Amino acid sequence: MPPLTPTGGPPWLTLLIFAPLAAALVASMLRGERALRVWTLLFTLIEAVASLGLLWVFDPGTARFQLVERWRWIPALNLEYALGVDGVSVLLILLTTLVMPLCVLASWTYIQTRVREFLICLLLMETAMIGVFCALDFVLFFVFWEAMLIPMALLIGVWGGARRVYAALKFFIYTMAGSVLLLVAIIALYLETGSFNIPDMMGRPYSPTFQLWVFGAFFVSFAIKVPMFPFHTWLPAAHVEAPTAGSVILASILLKMGTYGFLRFCLPITPYATKVFAPWILGLSVVAILYGGFTALAQTDLKKLVAYSSVGHMGFATLGIFSLTRAGLEGATLVMINHGVTTGALFISVGIIYERLHSRDLGASAGLGKQMPVFAALLGLFCLSSLAFPGTNSFIGEFLVLAGGFQVSTGMVICAVPGVVLAAAYMLRMLQRFAYGGTDNPDHSKIPDLGIREIVALAPLACLVLWIGLHPQPVVHLMESSVANILQQATGPAGTVALVSH
Amino acid sequence: MEASQFLAFLPETVLILGALALFVVSLGDSGILYARPVSLVTAVASILAAAVSSGQDAVLFDGAFRADGFSQWLKVVMLVGYGLVLLLSGGLDDVRHEIHAEYHLFLAASVLGLCLLVSAVELITLLVCLELASFPLYLLVPMRREQSAQKSQMESAMKYMMFGIAANGVMLFGMSYLFGLTGTTSLPAMMPKLAPQLGSPLAIAGLLLTFAGLYYKLAIFPFHFWAPDVYQGAANETAGLIASLPKIGAVAVLVRFSSLAGPDSGGIAGVLAVLAVLSMFYGNLIALVQTDLKRLLGFSGIAHAGYALLGFVAADEPGYTASLFYITSYVLMVLACFVVICRVSPDGTNLSIRGLAGLHRRSPLLAVTLVVGVFALAGLPPFAGFMGKLALLKSALARGYLWLVLLAVLNSAIAIYYYLGVVRSACFGEAGENQSPIRLDIGTRILCVLLLVGILGLGVAPAAFLDTISSSVARLLPNGTRPAMAEQVHPVPAPAVVLR
Repeated sequence: MPPLTPTGGPPWLTLLIFAPLAAALVASMLRGERALRVWTLLFTLIEAVASLGLLWVFDPGTARFQLVERWRWIPALNLEYALGVDGVSVLLILLTTLVMPLCVLASWTYIQTRVREFLICLLLMETAMIGVFCALDFVLFFVFWEAMLIPMALLIGVWGGARRVYAALKFFIYTMAGSVLLLVAIIALYLETGSFNIPDMMGRPYSPTFQLWVFGAFFVSFAIKVPMFPFHTWLPAAHVEAPTAGSVILASILLKMGTYGFLRFCLPITPYATKVFAPWILGLSVVAILYGGFTALAQTDLKKLVAYSSVGHMGFATLGIFSLTRAGLEGATLVMINHGVTTGALFISVGIIYERLHSRDLGASAGLGKQMPVFAALLGLFCLSSLAFPGTNSFIGEFLVLAGGFQVSTGMVICAVPGVVLAAAYMLRMLQRFAYGGTDNPDHSKIPDLGIREIVALAPLACLVLWIGLHPQPVVHLMESSVANILQQATGPAGTVALVSH
Repeated sequence: MEASQFLAFLPETVLILGALALFVVSLGDSGILYARPVSLVTAVASILAAAVSSGQDAVLFDGAFRADGFSQWLKVVMLVGYGLVLLLSGGLDDVRHEIHAEYHLFLAASVLGLCLLVSAVELITLLVCLELASFPLYLLVPMRREQSAQKSQMESAMKYMMFGIAANGVMLFGMSYLFGLTGTTSLPAMMPKLAPQLGSPLAIAGLLLTFAGLYYKLAIFPFHFWAPDVYQGAANETAGLIASLPKIGAVAVLVRFSSLAGPDSGGIAGVLAVLAVLSMFYGNLIALVQTDLKRLLGFSGIAHAGYALLGFVAADEPGYTASLFYITSYVLMVLACFVVICRVSPDGTNLSIRGLAGLHRRSPLLAVTLVVGVFALAGLPPFAGFMGKLALLKSALARGYLWLVLLAVLNSAIAIYYYLGVVRSACFGEAGENQSPIRLDIGTRILCVLLLVGILGLGVAPAAFLDTISSSVARLLPNGTRPAMAEQVHPVPAPAVVLR
């Protein structure tokens, strides 16, 4: 990578990152629950609109990091405060800022206790999440990465369901245990390169053994976050117990950090090891797709169903990334965005059902669609999107992933295809029960349809489902050159140099 | 005495005067009224004095006492810590009322010992200072009020004293080796004479035995036996003191001593690495099953002392800097935990982890302080514990101790579990009875805010503090400033970009 040159101009990224922190400070002083909610909603909306400004200044034509800021942070440890974005991170930042106001809306009536602390946790999460996607200094990245743990664990542990403490601790221990090795890998990389700067670490001729170990440390940490198949057991617990907003953040943003880590670190920094491990990871991805599908099919708890479907969808993302083809990588990035949109919407929907029935049981919600036609229509759209129906967003992403996979291994893709069918099965099963299912349920006639607030919370996601589904070109255009660059780093000459030099 | 020499000794002078005043107070009957104000005034005055004398560089008392960059910032830290401990001890509910003045007197004497200790550059002086710092602590432990439920303070005090005296004996024995090898007790004179003989078993044995006295203060395995019992037996406030300030003093003296040995003392580094690993595993594994919060902190303290040893294994400027930074952060973190223990514990009794339940409702400020302190101990960013751990791991890995670093991170993963247990009880637990809100006096609030700011500040913006430490350590090392780690390992091309 060329050296990272500060772009100059106003520090847009710093403002985006730390504005939520400032808003949290304001929130800590506001009085009155309603004022707090309105303030947080207003702020997150402003943040979302402001982040759209990134599109204005971001040039999708180049793969270089843009809007770069570089300051000395702790000279004694050689740490920098370095920020910058490429196409992939811009998309994820936009997704983050889009999801946050929806989370505030979705918790408007759901959260009734300790509202102030809840909203402050949300805002802290926003700071940390945007920070993760912007950081170009590895330690800074790690700081943001770990800073998410505490507010997220609190979101689950304080405002969650019956087994919330168990779920919060499990989430915390899993993620923390994964990241301690990441820290060692970061320091080892520093000792090889003399810098914590992420672009500086890319494309260097590390020895194969070194790459394998560093990749291993990366992999454990990111695979837990994704979560990939054998590391996924924290996910259902966390999703089921978390409040709606927590589930949405977890599904839409946090899971993306794992795949973002693969894209940002594994492929460009350890290309040799990536190639060595890729077949194995492809295998794990296929297992995840099938496992997620079958398990989702067996669930009667709506949240568990959506949670296991996440395992399957994220399997597509890792499948695309480690196919190491252009179509695969672009597809994987699209899957990341789409999963954020669709699964976020599904979790909000489940939250809406729960608020009305105080149950997430599939059986209890049977036939509810008759009373809630607007909701049924929206839920139907999201279900179609989740099963990758042509014309919805997920179709494009998963199609590209499978197309990329075909170039590598036909066998793998053929194994993964049942996953698509399974997705159709569990989603349609849910939709069928919800919209047309049983008449033996207690009387649902008193249940109101969606209010304005709830429609507003779902509408942007519905628009995105259709927009990306019918016209994905703007999104693809935004990330095209960055993805091409990552691919070139993973498969290009730098990888061969490493092989030759040792 | 010249003016500059007087300035160099100013913090200690103020402390001596304060201790004398406290002695006078203790003679009368109104100790309970005046002791704390006098102590507070002493602390504030001595912090100011230390700040004034921070730029001093002088040798006093025939070369036994040296005020230099290294000692002076440590004194500032130590005296600030003294102030924090005073705020922490508050009304001293758990100490018999008629001896409050004596308590404060001994406290001041112990801090005086620590301040002298970081300036001592002569073996006998050093030992005397160490005793001055230790003996008052031996006396503070049994000052806890006797209640039906708690009678272990005498046993703890005996244990503390017996182990302390034994460790001092070992230390003296080691010093005799060093004296025998070099014919001098002055550290600056010893340095050149010891250097050529460093490989000899006698020198290694001498240094290691000398370190033993300091490892006792730090509670490094196998000198740790006193720690959990003393934490449990002493009053909460006393335990907070024992857990914090003496550790800074011990690390500081260790740095002074280890810099004697130079960076390439293979034998010593190996022993230290083993001790570090044993301390980490012992402390963390036993902490997993603790139910008493103070005992838990005692065992975790053993583990943290093990982490701090990593810097001494590296035995170079970044390593010593990291150790000093870590132990300073540790003091803030552990004080944050102890302030919660002192205020939550009803009637000054020991606090079980379960006793924290409902803390978030009873006192949000204390809950935040505890959560921040505990997560900082666990080494989570953006708190001070993370930066300290990063610096330590970096320095050890730079010297090639990959196995040690891996074991250290494995240990921080283990430690998460019991730290989360504390957070779980404080934040998620719902207690039945005793849900009355805890009223905090203004001193406690100030203390909490100071600790929070300190822990966060050292975690996010430690640049200036790290620079202070590393430049003072650099001057201490025999061959002057060593090049930074990065340049040693790999020559780094000049950055193409000028940083703003």
